[in-house]
Amino acid sequence: MIEMRHVSKWYNVFRVLDDCSLTISKGEVVVICGPSGSGKSTLIKCMNGLEAFQKGEVFVDGISVGARSTNLPKLRSRIGMVFQNFELFPHMNVLKNIALPQIKILNRSRAEAEARAEKLLARMGLKAQAEKFPAQLSGGQQQRVAIARALAMDPVAMLFDEPTSALDPEMINEVLDVMVALAQDGMTMAVVTHEMGFARRVANRVVFMDQGAIVEDAAKEEFFGTPRSDRAQQFLSKILTH
Amino acid sequence: MGFDVGVLLQHKELLFQGLIVSFQLTLSAIVGGMLIGTCLAMMRMSRIWIVSALAGGYVNFLRSLPLILVIFWFYVLTPKIVGHPIDAYSSVLIAFILFEAAYYCEIIRAGISSVKRGQVQAGLAMGFSYLSVMRYVILPQALRNMLPVLLTQAIIMFQDTSIVYVVGVRDFLTTADVVANSTNRPIELYTMVAITYLVICFAASQLVSRLQRRYAL
Repeated sequence: MIEMRHVSKWYNVFRVLDDCSLTISKGEVVVICGPSGSGKSTLIKCMNGLEAFQKGEVFVDGISVGARSTNLPKLRSRIGMVFQNFELFPHMNVLKNIALPQIKILNRSRAEAEARAEKLLARMGLKAQAEKFPAQLSGGQQQRVAIARALAMDPVAMLFDEPTSALDPEMINEVLDVMVALAQDGMTMAVVTHEMGFARRVANRVVFMDQGAIVEDAAKEEFFGTPRSDRAQQFLSKILTH
Repeated sequence: MGFDVGVLLQHKELLFQGLIVSFQLTLSAIVGGMLIGTCLAMMRMSRIWIVSALAGGYVNFLRSLPLILVIFWFYVLTPKIVGHPIDAYSSVLIAFILFEAAYYCEIIRAGISSVKRGQVQAGLAMGFSYLSVMRYVILPQALRNMLPVLLTQAIIMFQDTSIVYVVGVRDFLTTADVVANSTNRPIELYTMVAITYLVICFAASQLVSRLQRRYAL
């Protein structure tokens, strides 16, 4: 579904991504972790072309992200993305946040888009919040709306960029639960997160990055059992001690 | 002598027409200035340097000139450019729109920069084109943020329209001046003009603070 081949990216002389190759098959959940500044977010933003890269190739569902001939907006509309800071549109209520992209991008009728939005909100347990504005919701609620907004576009894959990092601890689980359910439904997912509990529950593979390079790419059991690289061992011991 | 209200009532239709002209000028300058100003603002933020330099040059140039000079200038220049004489009203209208566009450009640019950067990424990630992100996501938020400044600029604009006096366009002040001279009642006329400007501008600024409270994000 998503394939990265030898992707490198530079900011001037600084190399942010160093020869990264990664394949995510249909229905697979891949967790990407690593210390801050290791290039995790940049990596997943290359998957939908939000970040340009200078070398290598990225394919989503067989379409090249980097090719000039690719209709990027169209490709992006098929890949859902969830951000650390939710990024709901603050000037629209929850219902419109979810309905507008469907109307403007997928040309759905307003009634159809709103029906889809309401169904998703119900699934997220947010039916009562439809008329509220993002600022009136808690962080956890906002993030679930953001997930609903992405799902409303019927994406073939979902990208999560630290979806729980900006949340208060008591709200992390309500978001993770939604993501677990999504994974169990067979959604293809790339998730940048430090939530190792989530990785243990639903990830197929765990990718560990350091200094722009993919240091380790292993099946979950293998990764949590005995990570091969020292760097990954150190990282795990740091975040799993408490 | 005394304060003769009768002279005002006697010419009320003429004065009212003058006031309409002032409003027309203000509204046209706001609408035209904002349309061109938005384009200029987007050009200024372009990554293509020549585009941003052109817009930047325009803005800096016009903002360095006194409004009255711009009005004189278009008054003598526009007929030469279009090849036939045009009325003073059209020439000041063009001058106002082009002059205000430079100010609106800077206000709109600040408004766009005030929107969180992640919003552009979120819009693009949904599958919106860059222009659609601007239209549905960034500009509506930018407009809310700059509403107070935009309206304040509109109030200043309304006061500034009185400058058209210099080329003889019959706005509110010019009309009052004409009446004042023909009736020899300058005190009545000028006082009435002052009170009218005061009432309109005060009411408008009250409206600004109301809107500000209502639409603040």
